[in-house]
Amino acid sequence: MNPLMMNARQPEDPAVPRPTEPYGEGVPLAHAVGERPVVMTIRNLRAGYAGGASVLKGVALDVRERAVTAIIGPSGCGKSTLIRCLNRMHEAVPRAWCEGDIHLGGRNVLHLDPVVLRREVGMVFQRPNPFPTMSVFENVAAGLVLNGERDRAKIAETVESSLRRAALWDEVKDKLASPGVGLSGGQQQRLCIARALAVRPRVLLMDEPCSALDPLATARIEELLVQLKEELTVVIVTHNMQQAARVSEYTVFMLMGELVESGPTQRLFTQPKDKRTEDYITGRFG
Amino acid sequence: MTGGHARRRRVNALMFALTALCAAVSAGVLFAILGYIAWKGASSLSWAFLTRLPAPVGETGGGIANSIVGSAEVVGLAGLIGVPVGVLAGVYLSEFGGRGRLAFWVRYAADTLNGVPSIVVGLFAYALVVLPMRRFSALSGAVALAIIVVPIVLRNTEEFLRLVPGTIREAALALGVPRWKVTLRVVLPTARRGILTGALLALARAAGETAPLIFTAFGNSFWGRSLLQPVATLPLTLYNYAISPYDDWHRQAWAAALILMLFVLAVNAAARVWLKPVSGGAS
Ligand SMILES: Nc1ncnc2c1ncn2[C@@H]1O[C@H](COP(=O)(O)OP(=O)(O)OP(=O)(O)O)[C@@H](O)[C@H]1O
Ligand SMILES: [Mg+2]
Repeated sequence: MNPLMMNARQPEDPAVPRPTEPYGEGVPLAHAVGERPVVMTIRNLRAGYAGGASVLKGVALDVRERAVTAIIGPSGCGKSTLIRCLNRMHEAVPRAWCEGDIHLGGRNVLHLDPVVLRREVGMVFQRPNPFPTMSVFENVAAGLVLNGERDRAKIAETVESSLRRAALWDEVKDKLASPGVGLSGGQQQRLCIARALAVRPRVLLMDEPCSALDPLATARIEELLVQLKEELTVVIVTHNMQQAARVSEYTVFMLMGELVESGPTQRLFTQPKDKRTEDYITGRFG
Repeated sequence: MTGGHARRRRVNALMFALTALCAAVSAGVLFAILGYIAWKGASSLSWAFLTRLPAPVGETGGGIANSIVGSAEVVGLAGLIGVPVGVLAGVYLSEFGGRGRLAFWVRYAADTLNGVPSIVVGLFAYALVVLPMRRFSALSGAVALAIIVVPIVLRNTEEFLRLVPGTIREAALALGVPRWKVTLRVVLPTARRGILTGALLALARAAGETAPLIFTAFGNSFWGRSLLQPVATLPLTLYNYAISPYDDWHRQAWAAALILMLFVLAVNAAARVWLKPVSGGAS
């Protein structure tokens, strides 16, 4: 139907029968052959800000490994709140609260030390936010250096490999010592991705990483995501349904703090099960 | 209609003239003071004046070398005491205290302390340091000046830390960096230009304070041999010379005033140049 769907990645072999309910609704299902293993399990997640109604009203979701999961939904439905719970940046906001179960490789995220958790679950923000006092090199090295790494050779090696993985190395290899904030917006965002990659996270959370970028810079980041998911798990919030269709294997549709529907991207966009999902993706929605 | 228009234009012109005049007067005062002091003081300024000790009473000549060094000592020590306290308290207000009760009282106390007459601060330092130690000293003068420096540095630090975008803190926290390290290694360096400039301006202000030193640093016609001895300082020497009956001392008071003014001006100019953001915002 939608020509954009031609690009959507097939998360599994179409010959293999799909489980009827790939994930969601409480009980984790046994994996079908070809389905990627689950890396994060979210159950009954409630979150909000003291003094207001809860923003997340019991979200359940399985995040699958080495794939891109896109979260879509109208503004204010709680997409940012959801991914910020996954690395507990949510609780850095004054008076924010969060309860429920989030498991990462068998450990309860809500009981982990957030400092340790955040090295495994990295984050890229809506606006590029390189450290203004640091050079390109120092920005990428920051995660290592601030966590006590002293070995210069190891730092230099990690900085280079992270910049390569963020597809930025060729553009900045001659100006590693110049300020990170001197790069273009798109380069700054890839710098922030490199900075996040340098601490070797298993999961990378991205909250509308392209919303401050032009189409060309956006396309570069989307290409980058295709490479990144070979080695890590990406959860991306996006306002742009075409983007979700282009880059993700799995899509999650949220509405007013509830997870309405989730599933393989192609299935969700072509055969939505919920009327509200259909209304949203066909643009019949407020 | 046209009458109203002409009237509005006259009022407008009048208001403009009035505000411009007041602006010119404000700037003019500085230049008048500078010019007058330069005119009175420049003739007594010489190498000997800067490098010699005061001449014995009754003799002409001599210099104020001990006051210059004494001021540097007292102000430097005040900076060593006051700047860290002010900066750390500012960090508390901006990064940890937020809108809490303690933060409210700290802010309130700092603003009040900032308005306390400096002679009262001097008396307090007298009671706090001079009386228990039973001696006037450079140290007690430094404590008095530090009390003046702290609230200025504290509020300034808080303000500049608040200018650091929250997204910078989030970026660092999201890398798995502990909160205290984020503050120390990311947030403070981002704001350091403004913080250091504020500290410099506070010290320049303290360097000109006279009243807090009267019962503390006290004054000395010779070199202060240690921080626990009374010490000569520029503003106090200026004051003593100015109220003396000797013409030569009056001339020297003007020269001392000139040096003090030049010092304050230099620090202000340096702070201003320094604060100007360099393109790209690097170091
Ligand atoms: N700091 C806060 N204090 C109180 N309420 C907040 C705060 N941040 C967000 N909210 C509320 O939580 C709800 C969800 O916000 P959230 O940022 O998660 O939405 P979103 O889906 O990411 O929206 P957008 O697409 O506009 O980014 C909103 O109704 C918002 O008003
Ligand atoms: Mg959002």
